Amino acid sequence: MAFDVETVRKDFPILSREVHGVPLVYLDSANSAQKPQVVIDAEADLYANHYANVARAVHTLGSEVTHAYEGARDKVAAFLNAPSRDEIIFTRNITEALNLLAYSLSNASTTIGADRFRIGPGDEIVVTEMEHHSNIVPWQLLAQRTGATFRWIPIDDEGRLVESAIDEVINERTKVVSFVYQSNALGTINPVRRIVERARAVGAISIVDAAQAAPHLPLDVQDLGADFVAFTGHKLYGPTGVGVLWGRYDLLAQLPPFLGGGEMIETVDMSGSTFAAPPHRFEAGTPMIAQAVALGTAVDYVTAIGMHEIREHEKALTAYALDGLQSIDGLRIIGPATPVDRGATISFTLPGIHPHDVAQLLDEEGIAVRAGHHCARPVCVRYGIPATTRASFGVYTTTDEIDALVRGVDKVKEMFTR
Amino acid sequence: MYQEIILDHYKHPQHRGLPDAFDAEVHHVNPTCGDEVTVRVKLADGTIADLGWDGEGCSISQASTSVMSGLVIGKQIDDAMALQDKFLALMQSRGNAELSEADEDELDDAIAFEGVSKYPARIKCALLGWMAMKSAVAEAGWGTSADNGTAKAGETV
Ligand SMILES: Cc1ncc(COP(=O)(O)O)c(C=O)c1O
Repeated sequence: MAFDVETVRKDFPILSREVHGVPLVYLDSANSAQKPQVVIDAEADLYANHYANVARAVHTLGSEVTHAYEGARDKVAAFLNAPSRDEIIFTRNITEALNLLAYSLSNASTTIGADRFRIGPGDEIVVTEMEHHSNIVPWQLLAQRTGATFRWIPIDDEGRLVESAIDEVINERTKVVSFVYQSNALGTINPVRRIVERARAVGAISIVDAAQAAPHLPLDVQDLGADFVAFTGHKLYGPTGVGVLWGRYDLLAQLPPFLGGGEMIETVDMSGSTFAAPPHRFEAGTPMIAQAVALGTAVDYVTAIGMHEIREHEKALTAYALDGLQSIDGLRIIGPATPVDRGATISFTLPGIHPHDVAQLLDEEGIAVRAGHHCARPVCVRYGIPATTRASFGVYTTTDEIDALVRGVDKVKEMFTR
Repeated sequence: MYQEIILDHYKHPQHRGLPDAFDAEVHHVNPTCGDEVTVRVKLADGTIADLGWDGEGCSISQASTSVMSGLVIGKQIDDAMALQDKFLALMQSRGNAELSEADEDELDDAIAFEGVSKYPARIKCALLGWMAMKSAVAEAGWGTSADNGTAKAGETV
């Protein structure tokens, strides 16, 4: 079936509500996406009809819920084209997935058989200048714990990685390279394979933050070639409280745990414990059962529409919005100004008008955008601005909504220049 | 929320600029918007003899600082502090302030910020300059007890 945005919109109950007496124009999907009715229903249905704890009970509900939870793992594995379902770890969000890696890597220093992951003084951990704080701070902390050096690949004036710096920053000392696939602040889509190949060539582990890629681009972990890929459920039209870490099985098998507790063990003795095989080794305690199941439904939902169709829809929206916004005199796009290698997230500034004023005034027109540093403060520092206004699109965004945005921004400008 | 008075003050800020003669200078930052304001005060005979400021940020923070300056310069310090309290109460009113006519007269242009009190994320913006003024006056030596004006922006919100 051909993609039809009006049909898609009917799946999202919140899109029919009003804000300040006008229809909601939701342009903050990069922050968190709205939920289709099927996702909302999936969570409720699990609680209403199948709920019990997973993996522990022999009774009927216990087996139904375990089936549903593990079924979600199968769905996510298929969504990512993962070679094995055992490579899918459910986490609370992508922040937890990245922290899981950072802590498991430092635990490796004291784990026999985990030498491959050992990090210490003289080693380097590499990110980029356009990372979300959740892909900066865990690595700064890992560097502090291990004595390793924290480094980054810089960005240029257009919001792209400085290509010539990649081979210099990623070198023989590099142990970890963790970088964003699509930037949440700039919209830039990074050359994943290029960076992964460089990391592999120097023997470093590569980690891809796919938080902003998963909702917008077809994701194929085998094609990307990275060692780890993570995303967060709530941006993929799924519920809050669940994220995913995918990792190569041979690496996960050697990696020590992050959290200890129930369900992650093989056997526990007062003199010591041994751990379960992945993925359960990394899922200590009762997991986010209903959320994981509903994330499986979200994955089904976007897969039914088609990630390629979503990408094409959003590509067209991005080109349309870049044109519209750039027709506003003085408006400066922070990030790539052309639709090439960029996603449906557009940050901009207006001379003499603070982004919080822009966002607040747009809200009065029912338009929801984000203003601030988008948890990527180094990006704002790089461009010498305190903040940006950011409009971000999703599967349900229409060109009419972009027209409303452009009209709204024009009106804000007029108010401030009158 | 964006009353004409607010936009006017934003576009044409009053008492902007840092005077050379001053008793104290403070710099306050509002981390949510990244708003910044520097305030210098000069006290004489129990009054705020002069006040100047410089800043950067959203219209609410800059306009509010401008309005504040116009209101407190030349005032008895006690009266300026009482007015600061009134403005603080207005900001904490969630849009339901009950003001007497005398309050309204005293708050003057600052009344325009009443709408801001409905937006928790923006209250700190409106208070920034007022808090900085209070700190600067305290630093200049007004009052002796610890609770006189040592509050940082945000602590009371
Ligand atoms: C690129 C990127 N990485 C990481 C995150 C963190 O996501 P979460 O807060 O769900 O862990 C976000 C979202 O804010 C993001 O945009």
